[in-house]
Amino acid sequence: MSNATLVSTTVNGDPVQFACPTDESLMTALRNRVGLTGVKEGCGTGDCGACSVTLDGSLVCSCLVLGVEAEGREVTTVEGLSEGGELHVLQQKFIDHAALQCGICTPGFLVAAKSLLDRNPNPDETEIRYALAGNLCRCTGYDKIVHAVQAAAKEIRGKDKRSKKRR
Amino acid sequence: MMSKEKGAAFLLAGGTDLLVKLKMGMVEPDLVVDIKRIPKIDEIQASAKGFTIGAAVSGSVIGQHMALKAAWPGVVEAANLIGSDQIQGRATLAGNLCNASPAADSVPAMIAAGAKAVIVGPQKKRTVAVEKVVLGPGQTCLAKGEVIEAITLPKPESRTGDAYLRFIPRTEMDIAVVGVAISLKLERGVVKKAKVVLGAVAPTAVVVPAAAKALVGSNLDDAALDKLASACSAACNPIDDKRGTVEYRTRVAGVLAKRAAKIAFQRAGGAL
Repeated sequence: MSNATLVSTTVNGDPVQFACPTDESLMTALRNRVGLTGVKEGCGTGDCGACSVTLDGSLVCSCLVLGVEAEGREVTTVEGLSEGGELHVLQQKFIDHAALQCGICTPGFLVAAKSLLDRNPNPDETEIRYALAGNLCRCTGYDKIVHAVQAAAKEIRGKDKRSKKRR
Repeated sequence: MMSKEKGAAFLLAGGTDLLVKLKMGMVEPDLVVDIKRIPKIDEIQASAKGFTIGAAVSGSVIGQHMALKAAWPGVVEAANLIGSDQIQGRATLAGNLCNASPAADSVPAMIAAGAKAVIVGPQKKRTVAVEKVVLGPGQTCLAKGEVIEAITLPKPESRTGDAYLRFIPRTEMDIAVVGVAISLKLERGVVKKAKVVLGAVAPTAVVVPAAAKALVGSNLDDAALDKLASACSAACNPIDDKRGTVEYRTRVAGVLAKRAAKIAFQRAGGAL
């Protein structure tokens, strides 16, 4: 079960190769072999969401995915959110609303919130709370996180409208 | 591959149970076979007979399948209750069944809907009703080398409705204290056929014929609902744990059954 296997995958748009034991989680492979330490280990059993990434566009806990399963797939981590050194709107709003304290859960929340807004650009508060139910935060108490997501959603909708008008 | 392995062989679909067990050291596999690249295994196929849901189809894919949702809303809502969005991105119906937890959400709903498991083995393929698959906590009827390839759901008869409700201490992300699935068929506003299945109140999901009988011939009047509730409570053989006592689970089973029956009745086109 633990001979190393060469895995070719795409991470945050870039082709990546790593060799990992077949029983190593994608979370560990991303952190220790690809160097993407934004992927956090909380519980390691799919309860806390700190290790959230998207795999072929679908939101998953990377601790519940084997590294070898990423072969030929597309992985996006929190490191893939910013573009050209500019923070993603969600990241900026998390800062503006002080939606983080210790920060361990933040990458997972950002990835899950991005996944929500990609599917539903105008979620109400209940939808946001349900969509983020798989992410646990033991510091902020969630309200600030929900407000940050609402503010980001509003700004992204505004941007989309403006770019449509221009066209 | 599975049948040739002399040691412990496990199938990997969504991995939301297997990887946790691996990490906890509850299983020590010699072989893990990922099934997700097998053609059609991650697809839902709709035909005149009904639906075939491949063993690697995730909850989020099930939730986005409009035809399936229209035909068996109870099965879809049960599947979508399992875990968070992150878990939904991976977890499968076949995996929920094979994990054989007494509290599996999708299992009572699949049984109520008449779902079958398509099981392939080294020699032959067989189709088994979902209620016959789980034998006890963590135990299934699968022989060595056998795997579930797909779950099939029949095309619903006209004026049929199904529903699944579960009770958990939180509002989301917890394990069922009680689950109730009901499917029923109406004729002239009255229940003609019904199937009532309880989860999390016994070692396996329980089909309750007495509860179904309480509904048949009624238009869900109070007397029928009371009979339904007491039949469900009588069928409970639960454990005591931190989520609920025996008395609590037994009582809640009846209450939830009434609510689920009303939802299924309305989905079948009945007027309450």
